[in-house]
Formats: sequence, C-alpha cells, structure tokens
Amino acid sequence: MSSSPTSDYSGTAKPHWPIVVVLFLAGLGFFVLGLVAATVLSIERRVVVASLGGSLGCLLIFISASQVLLSGRTTSFHSSLVLPLSGIDLTLDPLAALFVAMTSFVGVATLVYYVGYARGELRTRTALSLMLLFLTALLCVPVASSAVTLMFSWELMALSSMLLIVVEQRRHADARVAAQWYGAMTQLGAASILLGLLLLSLKGGQTFGDIRSHVSLMSPTLRSFAFVLTLIGFASKAGAVPFHVWLPKAHPEAPSPVSALMSSAMVAMGVYGIVRVGSDLLGGGTLWWWIVVVALGVVSALFGALHAVTSVDLKRLLAYSTIDILGLVLIGVGCSGALSATGHPGDARLTLIGALLLVVAHAAFKGCLFLGAGSVERATGSRSLEQLGGLIRRIPITTALFGVGAVSIVAVPAFSGFTSEWLLLQGLLHGFVDQSSPTLIVLLVGVIALALTGGLTAVAFVKAIGVGFLGQARSTGAASAHEVPRMMQLGMGILCVPCVVLGVAPGLVIPLVSRAAQVGSTSVKARSVETGVGLTLSHVRGAIEPMLLLAGFMVFVALISGAKSLLRRPARTVEAWRGGGDRPSARMQYTATSYAEPLQRVFADVLRPEIDVEVTHAVESHYYEQSLSYESRVDDAVERLAYQPVIRTLTRVGLAARRLQNGSVHRYLAFGFIALLIVLVVLA
Amino acid sequence: MTPAGSPLGYAIIASLLQVVLVALGGPLLMGLMAKVRARAEGRVGAPIRQPLRDLRKLMGKEGLRAHHSSVVLAVAPLVVLGSTTLAVAISPLVTTHPLLSASADLFVIVYLLLTGSVAMALAGLDTGTAFGGMGSSRAITIGALAEPALLVAVIALSIQARTSNLPAIVADTITHPVWSSTPTRLLALVALVIVVIAETGRLPVDNPNTHLELTMIHEAMTLEYAGSDLGLVTLGAAMRLGLLFALLMNLFVPWGVATGHTMLALPAAVMFLTLKASLLAVVVSLIEVHSAKLRLFRIPELLAGGFVLAVLAVITQLVAR
Repeated sequence: MSSSPTSDYSGTAKPHWPIVVVLFLAGLGFFVLGLVAATVLSIERRVVVASLGGSLGCLLIFISASQVLLSGRTTSFHSSLVLPLSGIDLTLDPLAALFVAMTSFVGVATLVYYVGYARGELRTRTALSLMLLFLTALLCVPVASSAVTLMFSWELMALSSMLLIVVEQRRHADARVAAQWYGAMTQLGAASILLGLLLLSLKGGQTFGDIRSHVSLMSPTLRSFAFVLTLIGFASKAGAVPFHVWLPKAHPEAPSPVSALMSSAMVAMGVYGIVRVGSDLLGGGTLWWWIVVVALGVVSALFGALHAVTSVDLKRLLAYSTIDILGLVLIGVGCSGALSATGHPGDARLTLIGALLLVVAHAAFKGCLFLGAGSVERATGSRSLEQLGGLIRRIPITTALFGVGAVSIVAVPAFSGFTSEWLLLQGLLHGFVDQSSPTLIVLLVGVIALALTGGLTAVAFVKAIGVGFLGQARSTGAASAHEVPRMMQLGMGILCVPCVVLGVAPGLVIPLVSRAAQVGSTSVKARSVETGVGLTLSHVRGAIEPMLLLAGFMVFVALISGAKSLLRRPARTVEAWRGGGDRPSARMQYTATSYAEPLQRVFADVLRPEIDVEVTHAVESHYYEQSLSYESRVDDAVERLAYQPVIRTLTRVGLAARRLQNGSVHRYLAFGFIALLIVLVVLA
Repeated sequence: MTPAGSPLGYAIIASLLQVVLVALGGPLLMGLMAKVRARAEGRVGAPIRQPLRDLRKLMGKEGLRAHHSSVVLAVAPLVVLGSTTLAVAISPLVTTHPLLSASADLFVIVYLLLTGSVAMALAGLDTGTAFGGMGSSRAITIGALAEPALLVAVIALSIQARTSNLPAIVADTITHPVWSSTPTRLLALVALVIVVIAETGRLPVDNPNTHLELTMIHEAMTLEYAGSDLGLVTLGAAMRLGLLFALLMNLFVPWGVATGHTMLALPAAVMFLTLKASLLAVVVSLIEVHSAKLRLFRIPELLAGGFVLAVLAVITQLVAR
C-alpha cells in the first residue's frame, strides 16, 4: 500500500496513512457492514440498519472529500489486494472530491428517504444490497485513478442500477423494457470508454499517472480518437442527445430513490469523465473536441427543455429536464475547453467553475424533485399530472419541499440554480470580451441555448407545480392523498438545504468548486471570483449579493403585507367565477397537455407531435358528430427516427439468422466443415 | 454594498424615491397611454390619474377568495409586488448609486421579473378554473418566448460595456455618448422594445382593456382576484411597466440620471425620467392605436424577430471590435 500527497501519481511507498484515505476506506467499510446487515438481519430491521450503515459511510466519505476540497491536496492510494493483476488505484484530488462529496450528500438523503419509502420488493435483501452497491460504485467512479479501476466501478455502477430498475417490475410493466434500453445503451457506452482508455494505455501503464506522462508521445490523431471514443460513452451517461434515449425510460421506471441517485449523481459522472479525460488526462486537446461537446450540449439542452415542457408524466418531465440541465453543463464544459484550447485559461476556469457549480446545484434540486415525485406517487398512486391536482392542501409539506426544488431549477434569484447559471453566463461573457477567434461562434451558440432553455424550464416547472399540486384533484387518488412518512420528508428536506445555501451564500462553496475546477497540472488562476457577502467578478465587472437581495425582498414583502393588513379587510371565501355556467368541476381545469399546447404547436417542427382525431358521424346526417376522440402524443423523435430503424434492421437480421439453425446436427457439422475450409483457404 | 465612497443614506433615499416614483408613475403612465389612445381615437378619455383612483377604490374593497384556492393565491401578489419593488429599488432609474447597486446585475433584474411572472402563472392555476389556466398558459408561453430575446439583448449590452452591472452600464453610457448610437445598441433597442411590449402585455401582444374570454391573457390569469389583492396585482403590473419603460429609456438615453452623490441632482433626475418615460408611453400608445392584436400563434413570430435582432446585436458587437 502506498500513498503520496502529490498530484502526480507515484508508486513510492510511504509508511503513514493520510487521514483522508483512512476516512474514505472506513466509509467503504460501513458500506460493507450495511451489506452484511442487509443480508443477515430480519426484514423488520434490515432496511433501517443497512440505511444507517450506508449513511454513516456516506458521512465519513463526505468528511474525507471535504478535507481534500478544503486543503486542495491530492492523496493517492494503491492496493493490490482487491483486484488481481492490476490492483486498484484510488486518487482523491479536488475534482474527484467534489463529485464524491456531492454523491455522498445525495446518498445520505436518498438512504434516509429509502427508509420511509421501502416496501414490498424494496425491502428484500437483493434491493437493499443493490442500493448500497450502486452507491459504493458511484463513490468509487470519481476516485478511480486507473483504467481498470475506473472500468470496474463504472460497470458495477451500470449493472447495479440496471438491476435496481427491474426490482419492482411486477408492479411496473414498463420497467423491463426500460432496463433493456438502459442496459444496451450503457454497455455500448462502456465499451466505447474501454476502447478509448485502451488507446490511452497503449504507450505505457494503465494508471492515470502513466497516461498523463505518456500522452505527449501519442500522435494527435490517436489522441483525438481516444477522446471521441470516451466522449461517446461519457456523453451517453450524461444523457446527451442523441445518446439519451435510455434516460427518459430508465429514470421514470426506477424506484424514486434510485431515480434520484441516477439523475443527480450518476449522470454527473458522465460530465466528470469528460472533464477528467479531456482536460486532465489529455491535457486540453484541440478546439474541435470542445466544439463537439458544445454541440452535444446545445442539442441536449433544447431537446430536453422542449420535451420537459410537453411531458405529462411527472418523472418523465424531470428526466427530460435532467437532459436539459446536463446539456447546459456540457455547454459550460465545452466552452471552457474551447477557451482553454485557444489560450484563455483564466476564462476557461471561470466557466468550468460555473459548469461544476451547476452540476452540484442540479444534484441537489433534481434529487429533491425526484424524491418528491416518489412521494407524490406514494401519496396518490399516480405520477401522471393528469391524475393529480390539489395536492397542496392534502400534502402541504411535500408540496413545499418540491417547491423549493422547483424554484431552484427555474433559477429564481437566491436559489442554487440562479447562482450557478449566473456564474456560467458570466464565464461565457468573459470569453466574449476576451476572444477574437472562431471560439466566438461556439460561445454565441452556447449563450443562445442558455437563453432559450431558461424560459422553457420555467414553463415546465410552473406546469408541474400548477397542474400537479394546485387547483382541484383530478382523480380519487389525488383527492384522498395522505402525507408521506416523516423519513421521506426528511430525505427531501436534506436536499433542500444545499438548494438554499448555494443560492443565498454561494461564497461558502465557490472556493471549493474553484479548487475542483483546477484540473490538470496547470497552476492557472481563474478570473478572480471574490467571495464576500456574494460573488464579485472584476475582469468583466459583475456581482451578486443574494443574501442582501433576499433581505431586501423580505423587507418589501413585509412592508406590503403590513400595509395591506392595515386595511383590515379580511377576505371572504366564495365560489370561483364560472362564467355563468355550472359549478366548476375538476374537469374544467386546464390539463397538463393543454397547458403546454401553445408551445407544443410553436415547436411542432422539432417535437413532431402525433395527433389523431377520430370522428364518428351520426347515422342521420354527416353534419352531426356522434363521438369524437382526440389523441395527442409527443414521442421522442430521435428514438423514432434514429434508433427504431436500427432496431428493426437488427431484428430482421436476427430473424434471418434463425433460419440457419433448424436443430439438425448435420447442418451444424456442415457449418463447422465450411468454416474449417475457409480458415484453411485464408491461411493458405 | 454600494460602490466605494457612496454614502448609505443617499442610497436609501434614492432607492425609496425610485420606489415611490414608480409606484405613482406606473399607474400614471397607464393612464397617460389610455388618454393618448382615447384622443387618437377621437374620444375624450378618462383622466390620466384614473388608474390611481381605481387602485384606491380597490384597496378599500373587501377581498374575495375562491373555493379550492390555496396559499399560493394569497402569496402571489406579494411576491409579484415584492420582486418588482426590489428590482425598482436597485435599478439605476434616477441615480446610478441606488441601494445594492453592486447586485443590480442585468441577469438579476431579468430573473426577478421572471420570478414575478412565475408567481402570477401559478396563481392563475391555483383556483382550478378554465380561465385561470388559459391565461396562465398563454402568459407563460409568451414569457418563455420573450426570455431568450431579452437575455441575448442583455448580453449584447454587457459585452459592449464589459460589465453586466446595470448602473455601471448606464454610467458608462453617459461618459461614452457614442455608445448609444452604435448598431449594437440600436438593434438591442428594437429587440428590447418588442420584449417590453410582450412583458407588459400591450398591443399587439395582449390587449390590456379586453375581457373577452377568448383573447385575454393577463386579465384571464388574474380573473379570480378581487379587492385589495387585485389592487396589489394591478399595482405590480403597473410598476413593472414603469420599471421597464424607465430602464429602456435609461439604457439608451441615459442623460439626466444622477451620477454623483448629491441630493440636489435628484429632483432634476426625477423630472428627466418622467419626461423620458412619458415620451416612450406616448410613442407606444400611438403604435397601439395603429395595430390590432395578433393571433396568439402569430406572437412567436414577433418574438422570434426580436430574438434574431438581439442575436444580430451580439454579432455586430463582436464584429465591430
């Protein structure tokens, strides 16, 4: 075993064990204890004990990662006991630590939530063990510092999450299909990453330290090849269009704590991978790599935002919004890479800080929202917005917590989404001011995508809250909803804390994120982000002081409501205005579909909705209609146009290949003989 | 807090002055626009101070709450008015050194206004009536389509001034008068005029006078409000109009805005601002007289036009350097 406090990996043996490594390994130890508890304890006790073990593990690992972020020191660890041949290599540098800290925080929240949420299949040994394994894998991916370790934890992450999707397959019929899609896409992605890492390891060892030192020996073509291969895999994990098709299927069908983990932590690993390989291992690369990343981000952001607007299933809406936000992150990462490749490392780092802050903010609010969607499903038995309504009166606490997540993602000032998007925009603005090259187009397209998605995200979440939680109940399930157990509320509440803290006091977190954004060996300083009451940028002047803004807002609201209460006119409750018609019924409300219809029509060319109108005429006359059915559906156009033809072709090939096999031994012997002949001919 | 050397007392007084000015001036601008419109149509029209009278009347009336409504309906007017008031207080309307002027970032103002729109849209859905949902859906659609034009125009201005701080942009424009006639500014100006017309619900996007069920947008959303709550919502909308008109004028014709810290400059600044905003109001209402309301599905074309102009503003700025 060895450890060294430098950023360069070195195998020199040092006798002492740094506290960071001890804490991290102790955390993993708690996970093992949790796994043991999940398998040996009785069904009544195992959920609580396993969750407790996992939470304690997350806590220790969180402390360990925070230590790295606070000190900025890198710690490595090598052990040949765990994996044969190569052993495992773990390195906690600030970039890894940021993702580890984020994942462990979300991990605690989901495990707490899990205690209240688990019932039926989720209480089984399998489900609990898979949950803990999934979390362990998520925590190991960012610290893995060799190709073998990375691929091992990556595959563990993929397989455990795939199995978690099908845990409840008896109740969710679509879960199996979702898992198939997810499995296929994630394995293709993993294969692509593996190929890329193999290329990188050709010149020397497979540890990241070796790759870093040998990368200059590689030809530029080979480097680009390796980058593109890993990019495909990582972008697919990050839900980038056109590799996103698994995401809107898998996230909704998974049990909610799993969806929360997948959406907040797992997709972030795709971003981590791109930054790690592109900026760190390959040392920045050339401009066109990053143009590709920005292009992926722009398409994903717009596609995700539009589909989030038209989605009716609450979890599907959240899944598409994940594609949207991760698209924005990719824009940030890509612009940062482009700025760096064209000689503006300071601006590049500022943009990367914005992108990474958005990843962290997204983990908190999207985790909270997915857990909230799970609570809604538990309380009402449905997650279709058309079946919900009026929940604010039935489940007020869940509604309030979901609301915090929603205002964060809509980027209301003094919430986390605003701070991170502001910083990202400022980074791009710096790029604009400093640049004088083709990068400008990249930046421009990125800014346009950011601007376009802002308003669409607001529509999607006003729809989710307004149709789902306000108004009148649209089903008996929604009308008789009951508040969910305390542990589930607590789980959501834990994730609301960073939503508010990142928004109100971003100065607490920015220095840490700033350290994480210092990837690679360069000692480049970012354009200064001074942190005081708020954030201040000096190169392109700009500042926000969310705490003071919030205080000002509070003062004005207090003054206004004070003045209003002086009028002493209590409101009287009356029937809503019904335009002279019948009593207002729940069916008269705008539905989620009708709410989004104007935008669906405006963007019909992109969304390609399928609308079927069936009119049955009366027997007496064709001018009268007996019945009319209207169906409007927005499918994933990318899936329909790009994936279905491939699947159809594969199915056809498969069916054709079946004709080769008729069960006759003679035929198989003939095949063998022919094959042998071919081999002999080729060899001759 | 305020830029170095700026006395806190001055900033507080200036901000309060701005709030009072916009709270009175917003409704008066609406009255002025109605008056100009009436005159142009050959009518006498209501006095300019009519909106203020209406507000006083509404404030004295009993509030009504619909069944099935939640706390959102009650809180939304406070959020709308609070966020608008905050935006007014920190914007450079009469002085470039109001309270929290460091935080008066263009993006902050844009997202404060968005916060108000989101609160109103939620209030529209809260009672669960068809009209509320209809208005909410339409208003948020227009808001979402106006947002990109607004943001990109704002970015064009920020690149030119090398800052996204609004008071700094206004102050720099005063010292570099050439800026207000660069192609970037002019293109951004047209884009912003389109956005402001959409955001304040004026013709040809929304007709503020209509209560015809099929065409109303903002009015449909606020249909369930009565009494003092309606008063707050109306005041919020009027202040939003006042703020946007004043900001638009100050961004492009910033002269008259007090740049120092002397109280004596404030009365003149108030006068200049009133003049500029009234001028814009007259122009906008004259445009209104000559235009019919667009079909809902033609509005995206108008806003897309604004968006394209905003993008062109950015491009000209990048090319011009």
